Amino acid sequence: MSGVGLDPKTAPLFPIAAKTAMGNTQLRKNVRHATDLIQAKRARVVGEMPDWQDLREAGKQIRQHTMENLDFYLEEFEANCTRAGGVVHWARDAAEARRIIVSLVKASGSEEVIKIKSMTTEEIQLNSALEEAGIHPFETDLAELIIQLGEDRPSHIVVPALHKNRHEIREIFRTKMNLPDLGDQPHDLADAARMFLREKFLRVKTGVSGANFLIAETGGVCITESEGNGRMCLTLPETLIAVAGIDKVIPRYQDLEVFLQLLPRSATGERMNPYNSVWTGVNAADGPQIFHVVLMDNARTEILADEEARQTLNCIRCAACQNACPVYQQTGGHAYGSVYAGPIGAILTPQLQEMHYAQSLPYASSLCGACYEVCPVKINIPEVLIHLRNKVVKQKGLSAEALAMRTMGMIFRSERRFRAAQRLGQVAETPLVRKDGWIGWLPGQLGGWTQARDLKKMPKETFRDWWEKRGKNGN
Amino acid sequence: MFRNAGSAEVSLRVSLFITCYNDTLFPETGKAVVRVLERLGHTVEFPAGQTCCGQMHYNTGYQAEAMPLLERFVAQFEGAEAVVVPSSSCVAMMRDHYPKMALEIGKAELIGAVDALLPKVFEFSEFVTKRLGLEDVGAHYPHRVTYHASCHGLRNLGLGDGPVRLLKAVRGIDLVELKGLEQCCGFGGTFAVKNADVSGAMLADKVSAVLETKAEACTACDNSCLMHIEGALHRQKMDVKTVHLAEILAGEEAAQ
Repeated sequence: MSGVGLDPKTAPLFPIAAKTAMGNTQLRKNVRHATDLIQAKRARVVGEMPDWQDLREAGKQIRQHTMENLDFYLEEFEANCTRAGGVVHWARDAAEARRIIVSLVKASGSEEVIKIKSMTTEEIQLNSALEEAGIHPFETDLAELIIQLGEDRPSHIVVPALHKNRHEIREIFRTKMNLPDLGDQPHDLADAARMFLREKFLRVKTGVSGANFLIAETGGVCITESEGNGRMCLTLPETLIAVAGIDKVIPRYQDLEVFLQLLPRSATGERMNPYNSVWTGVNAADGPQIFHVVLMDNARTEILADEEARQTLNCIRCAACQNACPVYQQTGGHAYGSVYAGPIGAILTPQLQEMHYAQSLPYASSLCGACYEVCPVKINIPEVLIHLRNKVVKQKGLSAEALAMRTMGMIFRSERRFRAAQRLGQVAETPLVRKDGWIGWLPGQLGGWTQARDLKKMPKETFRDWWEKRGKNGN
Repeated sequence: MFRNAGSAEVSLRVSLFITCYNDTLFPETGKAVVRVLERLGHTVEFPAGQTCCGQMHYNTGYQAEAMPLLERFVAQFEGAEAVVVPSSSCVAMMRDHYPKMALEIGKAELIGAVDALLPKVFEFSEFVTKRLGLEDVGAHYPHRVTYHASCHGLRNLGLGDGPVRLLKAVRGIDLVELKGLEQCCGFGGTFAVKNADVSGAMLADKVSAVLETKAEACTACDNSCLMHIEGALHRQKMDVKTVHLAEILAGEEAAQ
């Protein structure tokens, strides 16, 4: 049984979840260590590319063009995949996708599936749906296996067990695989996983995968990975079921040239992924003889309809923004209450919920822009965050904050009112100012400021007062 | 009066946009900007009707409240020869958002005015290095100093090493590099109160880096970051002060 899914519908507000997460010092240490390491690797391999900025621009242009013509490319993909022997299914939402996949697995006659790491299956909480239907899913990606055996939840898009160190992983394997003498060296852990998984690869007849890219021109499904487990899942089963968001489509095979450079360097700091597979339909000579692709919307068309937020869909799930984010570095992924954490999670999650849930996530950012800087397809995440904040504000209507903001707006619209407010501020703060001229406590939401900081008392003379006096005194 | 060899150009009429929080909380920064610009031979003007650029409203999601502030800014500064702003986040607000805000308001005149005005708006250090082409402004500041690159200056404005080059030219300064220069200090406007715990944790990292430099002062192009860093330094009873870059550049030997 896997752990309780990360569900934005029931997750606590980000500031509350973040506080809890930051109380776990081991987790913080692990997250910091891992993100620093990946960032350094990324910087190294990005730095050696003289045309990196051109590649980013190319990636952006291709994704943008695809989103503007998504209907066309999806139908092209369907036609070509079908021609190659695949069966394409369309799912409006997560529930429909789960239903389709469960029925396809049942039709395959298997009560078990082997799975390739897939964020889309996490998004739709496929594992619990399979379990409820009496089907046992085996995660075959090392990190996903750790998460599944540890009854934990993924905290990172690319490295889902990033919050665990190897001593913690050894403990999970020791108990769950019944290996009392297991060492904690990387090769010990890899050996244990290999033994555990190999038996599943050879036995289980049905595989479930996600997709990194759907190639419209050929109908091919592209999977990139580092471990080779994905290649096993693609080649050994009799039935293969791939599920992908409709945003995963790219127009041409040739476009892989751009994305297979951008993705590995951004994601894991590798020049190339060790395993890049493109699976196109069915081939009588080898591989799965039954191949299904489930194309899922799940709110993506709503995102597409929002011109300012549309760029969210350009994401290729490299997680470079997560690694670079100073907020994520402090809190780790679980605080976001979503399988998509970090800056991309902060814009994607509330939109996948059609803004009904996760409204605190667009505020989980200092707008420092580190995410935008590293994004391989140049998604202006801060811009989308601000756009979504506006949506949240409109949704919430009248609140104490909205009133305060409206009042401030009114003050700033008049010089006279602004000056009056400056004077009023000097008077109003007086009871809070200590003898040393500092404020150590503020009421209400402003108390967040004085939690870790003091505030110097306001100077007696504003700049504009000084300027006027200076003018009067003839400089 | 100090003049750099490369600054033989005519005297400029500079309009100062002090920004709402510098006006209210950091008047010394404004005075320093005036001192530096006048020392370099330029005339400073202060349009009296100026208030706020609208950044707080815009970035918190209250775009509608920011719209009239854009119109106000344009009305106050239209026709200026150059606008100098001692805050990179306010300049970033204008550059990144004013054009599309003007489009949204939809008045043709306003759209044109924003397009004409924005190339004349400079963050203070940017004005000195890029518009005036200076590095040495004749300053004297005999202290150990570390420079914090605020995110909006670093990423949105692309200030690069401009501020550092200005600091390196200051007489008597002992400039020491801050570890994790590109890391956000955790201020982020309303983020500091809405996500106080995360902001505080980011701040703790920044403050440790500042303390590690053993600097007497931490400087930046934004008093917002500095107010946040100063607040923690004071809370921790650390004897390190924060000072806006303009105040260092305004330092003169006679005054020391």
